[in-house]
Amino acid sequence: MTQTSEVLLQANAVSIAYGDQLAVKTVTLPIYQHRITSIIGPSGCGKSTLLRSFNRMNDFIDQVTLTGEISFNDQNIYAPDADPVAVRLNIGMVFQKPNPFPKTIYDNVAWAPKINGLKDNMDDRVEQALKQAALWDEVKDRLHESALNLSGGQQQRLCIARALAMNPLVLLMDEPCSALDPVSTARIEDLLFELKEKLTIVIVTHNMQQAARVSDFTAFMENGILIEYGPTETLFTNPENQRTEEYVTGRFG
Amino acid sequence: MNTQAQRLKKRHQISAAFKLFCLSVTCLAVAILGILILEVTLLGLPWLNFDFLTRFPSRFPEKAGILAGLAGTLWLVTLTAAIAIPIGVLAAVYLEEYAKPGRVSTFITINIANLAGVPSIVYGIIGLAIFVRFFGLDRSVLAGAMTMSLLILPVIIIASREAIKAVPSSLRQVAFALGATRWQVTRDHVLPQAMPGILTGVILALSRAIGETAPLIMIGALTYIAFVPEGPMDEFTALPIQIYNWTSRPQEAFHELASAGIIVLLLVLLIMNATAVWIRYRGSKNKFM
Ligand SMILES: Nc1ncnc2c1ncn2[C@@H]1O[C@H](COP(=O)(O)OP(=O)(O)O)[C@@H](O)[C@H]1O
Ligand SMILES: [Mg+2]
Repeated sequence: MTQTSEVLLQANAVSIAYGDQLAVKTVTLPIYQHRITSIIGPSGCGKSTLLRSFNRMNDFIDQVTLTGEISFNDQNIYAPDADPVAVRLNIGMVFQKPNPFPKTIYDNVAWAPKINGLKDNMDDRVEQALKQAALWDEVKDRLHESALNLSGGQQQRLCIARALAMNPLVLLMDEPCSALDPVSTARIEDLLFELKEKLTIVIVTHNMQQAARVSDFTAFMENGILIEYGPTETLFTNPENQRTEEYVTGRFG
Repeated sequence: MNTQAQRLKKRHQISAAFKLFCLSVTCLAVAILGILILEVTLLGLPWLNFDFLTRFPSRFPEKAGILAGLAGTLWLVTLTAAIAIPIGVLAAVYLEEYAKPGRVSTFITINIANLAGVPSIVYGIIGLAIFVRFFGLDRSVLAGAMTMSLLILPVIIIASREAIKAVPSSLRQVAFALGATRWQVTRDHVLPQAMPGILTGVILALSRAIGETAPLIMIGALTYIAFVPEGPMDEFTALPIQIYNWTSRPQEAFHELASAGIIVLLLVLLIMNATAVWIRYRGSKNKFM
């Protein structure tokens, strides 16, 4: 699975600071197309901060500064003329806590296409997205019920479907399973394998088994520094760095 | 020697005493309100009938009615709502969702808070100078509504800002992450979620507008009017002015008429509040909250 593939998204010497507090320090990280890249590391090491910078979600936090460059399809998404809204249409995101809108299942998925002016074939779009998120069979008879009545795992898959409705090229996931039970977690992990046929996935996780199970590439961070990055198998079985080895063998973190 | 048990007993006693104190203060407030309402009802109820609602004021208590005041108040509150709600809510949206936090924003916030504390007569003076004289609106119900709008704008803005602030930022984040613009996030998620809170603030503010007398007297709302305003440029009177006028007459019968007028005023307030509760209830059903 780790054979050559194009680099779709690339962080180039990216540093991110909250005020004068550096949270990500000169990270260079290529993300390969149709691969799953996981970012692991102890709590507070800057995983989420780095992930949010890939679709400019840090723009909403006051006093965040980013230096370096993040290129998507060879375009710097932080260029002065880059439109963050367009960036987010191509690079979707799923958050840690399942957070459907307090609307119907249907409306949750339909919202992104609707605000983008795509109003025809909405039923097909919704069905398509729900199928991709492996949720269709469970909800097809209750599309117009509240999304908040779904179980946690179903809600998270609904959030994935919602993010897929605009057919993004990249899906960023920030600890998407940390609020879920093992069965729901397994379902989402299965889903990731299917999804990577269509898109590119970057997943932050504090669960090393999960990173080992699902990802093709793994990045290990500590204190804002990218310590090691490479094919998942190499990183887990034959890491170059002492700290990586200690972390993946569970001796700290 | 103070043992632990003794100290604990003392602390429980203080706690119980404080509870009793709070309870009695609450009872006192409710009792005073109850007595007021009871007295007003006893005095006014015999006068409250269909004729009272459909007649204009008169020198003879038996012929006097509240129609001019009631119609004036309804005009006033409708126009005030039409002016103040959009401006107030939009200002709140701007300050919460668009304005960058900083000195300008802080300056505006402090000023709005101060404006909320300005005595209503001052708004009457401003209304007289600007709307009545400068814009030449005369003693019209429109001038009254604009003055009232000034008076309640700070309350609407502050309440709406609080309601908007209470919308979890995670909701905005998700919506932005789906490639929405700020307007789309505000329209489809922030405002619907904030609506119950905004509505509560609006109703409180409008209730205040209904009860205010001083600014209306200042801008020259009349006490004797024998017609119903037919447009925003007509002269008008309002319920509290009519009530005030009746209470200031020597005859006992007019005091009873005033009580009847107060009952009408209270009923208008009650209907408005009930409407707000109903809208909120419907809104919450639609959103599956
Ligand atoms: N909104 C914020 N404001 C200020 N500091 C923050 C904010 N979010 C995160 N940080 C800080 O940045 C560092 C990295 O945080 P984060 O990226 O959330 O780590 P991780 O996801 O790996 O747990 C932490 O030290 C954290 O305290
Ligand atoms: Mg995190």
